[in-house]
Amino acid sequence: MTSLGALFNKIAESKRNQIILFIAYVLVTGLGLILLPDSTVAFLLLLFSILILYYIDFNLKAKWITGLVILAVIVPFISSFSGSYQTYMEVGTLVGIYCAMALGLNIVVGFAGLLDLGFIAFFAVGAYSYAIFASGQAAKFMPFGHYPLPGGTFWIFILIGAFVAALFGIILGVPVLRVRGDYLAIVTLGFGEIIRILLNNMDHPINITNGSMGIASITPPNFFGISIGSSSQFYYIALCIFLVVIYIVRKLENSKLGRAWKAVRDNEIAAQAMGIPLVKTKLAAFAIGASFSGMMGVVFAAKQMFVDATSFTYLESTIVLVMVILGGMGSVPGVILGAAVVIILRTQVLTNISNWLSSLSATYGIPIPPALSPEKMQLLIFGLLLIIFALYRTQGLIPHKNRKVDVARLERESAELAHKASSGGADS
Amino acid sequence: MNILEVNHLTKKFGGLTATSDITMNIEKNSITAVIGPNGAGKTTFFNMITAVYKPTSGDILLNGKSLVGLKPHQVSQFGITRTFQNIRLFNDMTVLENVLVGMHQNLKSHWVGTLLQLPHIRRIEENAKIEAYDILKYVGLDKYTNENAGNLAYGAQRRLEIGRAIAAKPKILLLDEPAAGMNPKETDRLTQLIYDLRTKLDVTIILIEHDMKLVMKISDFIYVLDHGELIASGKPEEIRSNKRVIEAYLGKGAVAND
Repeated sequence: MTSLGALFNKIAESKRNQIILFIAYVLVTGLGLILLPDSTVAFLLLLFSILILYYIDFNLKAKWITGLVILAVIVPFISSFSGSYQTYMEVGTLVGIYCAMALGLNIVVGFAGLLDLGFIAFFAVGAYSYAIFASGQAAKFMPFGHYPLPGGTFWIFILIGAFVAALFGIILGVPVLRVRGDYLAIVTLGFGEIIRILLNNMDHPINITNGSMGIASITPPNFFGISIGSSSQFYYIALCIFLVVIYIVRKLENSKLGRAWKAVRDNEIAAQAMGIPLVKTKLAAFAIGASFSGMMGVVFAAKQMFVDATSFTYLESTIVLVMVILGGMGSVPGVILGAAVVIILRTQVLTNISNWLSSLSATYGIPIPPALSPEKMQLLIFGLLLIIFALYRTQGLIPHKNRKVDVARLERESAELAHKASSGGADS
Repeated sequence: MNILEVNHLTKKFGGLTATSDITMNIEKNSITAVIGPNGAGKTTFFNMITAVYKPTSGDILLNGKSLVGLKPHQVSQFGITRTFQNIRLFNDMTVLENVLVGMHQNLKSHWVGTLLQLPHIRRIEENAKIEAYDILKYVGLDKYTNENAGNLAYGAQRRLEIGRAIAAKPKILLLDEPAAGMNPKETDRLTQLIYDLRTKLDVTIILIEHDMKLVMKISDFIYVLDHGELIASGKPEEIRSNKRVIEAYLGKGAVAND
């Protein structure tokens, strides 16, 4: 990736040229998206502009604003001209949902160094907390209140989902944090499965989750009287939550709590000797990571209008973990890229290759067994990806970098303070 | 005045007695050395003071208050920090961040305030960075501020451990073999640093060390452990001529043959 950046710099030595090239890139891909009939590639290239933006030599604030404009205005606007507008927005929504989740898992795995293989459980908890109360389901066991709750409560449920998931994070954390490393991974894996099986079986004696039938006809969110039902609308909800999550992660990463997480990750005994409470710090990682997942669970339930336990299998936990490892553990831009790559691979690239192969086999009469279609080989492909990364690029696509401080400024400020202290001393 | 009192401290691992019935009184603002052959129980002793191990019996009193039963982070909050024999830095964090972690317990920046970007929280963090940088200058590591701690040379890592420990503003600093693996020049710098810590920062220092030259030079008082037992205590000149100490180090008969 850096060699790509170097090449880019060679072509465009001046900042102005870079900007012009970047705008041209966005325009060309955008135009392609409008003009080409099946424009998945153009759509992907347009999204790729965000990655280019990340590497452009540009001031940070301007980058953020440009990125925001591309995601919030240009991508939806241009896609709306294409035939598969809703499909693209669906992909965008999914990327947003999984990015937030992967960032949550990144706190647990990347910052605090706690391997969690059952992370999807918190997503499930968030999804079910909205699904139960925004459908007729709650009426089956709640002694009071009228259900389903109106769509306007969706916005409160985003917070409730975060809170409930955080609570589950703590409930899981208290017993589980006695074990470390591999044992922790196994226990969290078990927890993920327990939650899924519980949700699948809690239809008797009291029917809370409707068991394997799942919960259907979930009320769509309501925004000042507008019912939100299409992917293009959910795209904005996912984008907003995603931005909030990025903000929280970026701020926490370099805060006192973030340093405590990394200290615990690097050396537990030394961290404790420096006055860091181990259990509290780890629980905070579990709770905050889980809460992101819970929020997106609520969005997921509202978007699908139907939830059942099959959406929260072990495979999903693994995929979120793949996003984190592929992107780069502990690296915020890396994890976002990892999540985007995995989702796009899953929903766009693999399906397209499968379709292409089947059309090929139809026209040329070569029989390809359905079991060999790339869509069905997801696990194999992600497994291979993980192996390749473990062998050749252990730090992920965008490796984590510690934030550097401006030493010259620290030197200046420290000298100023020393001066103040000495002159103050002379006065008294 | 004694800042730390250790009464009849014993630690047993199953049938093995690592330390037995150790009693020490550490005077405030003194430099005390704990010496003894390998396996004498010195590090176990440190681990009990810092609550990594819970003593089987006996008591540890800091200014008259018992530390037994506390968690390691609580002991640190009471004002006892340490360095480690096998260096334990936060290798994937920068040198500055390592010192900032040392300041953890004195920083009042709650994460909710961080998220809300409250001005006083930002100021606390800014000042913490300046203070951490000053500590780096003090231990002579300011030119590595942004380097990952794991990339430092051995001697520098030892000094960073001391820097991180003093960032916690301890009352008592435990140094576990601070000069191990250092060349004479580095040891001299370290000696100077330890003296300096005592006078400038008003800390009480307890150190485990094998470098006898260093020990004899800087300690006010020496305790000698052998096979988990306290075999001698006294001023450096008393220890130097103590028969049992020489025996413990050189074996029985060494004194008679001289």
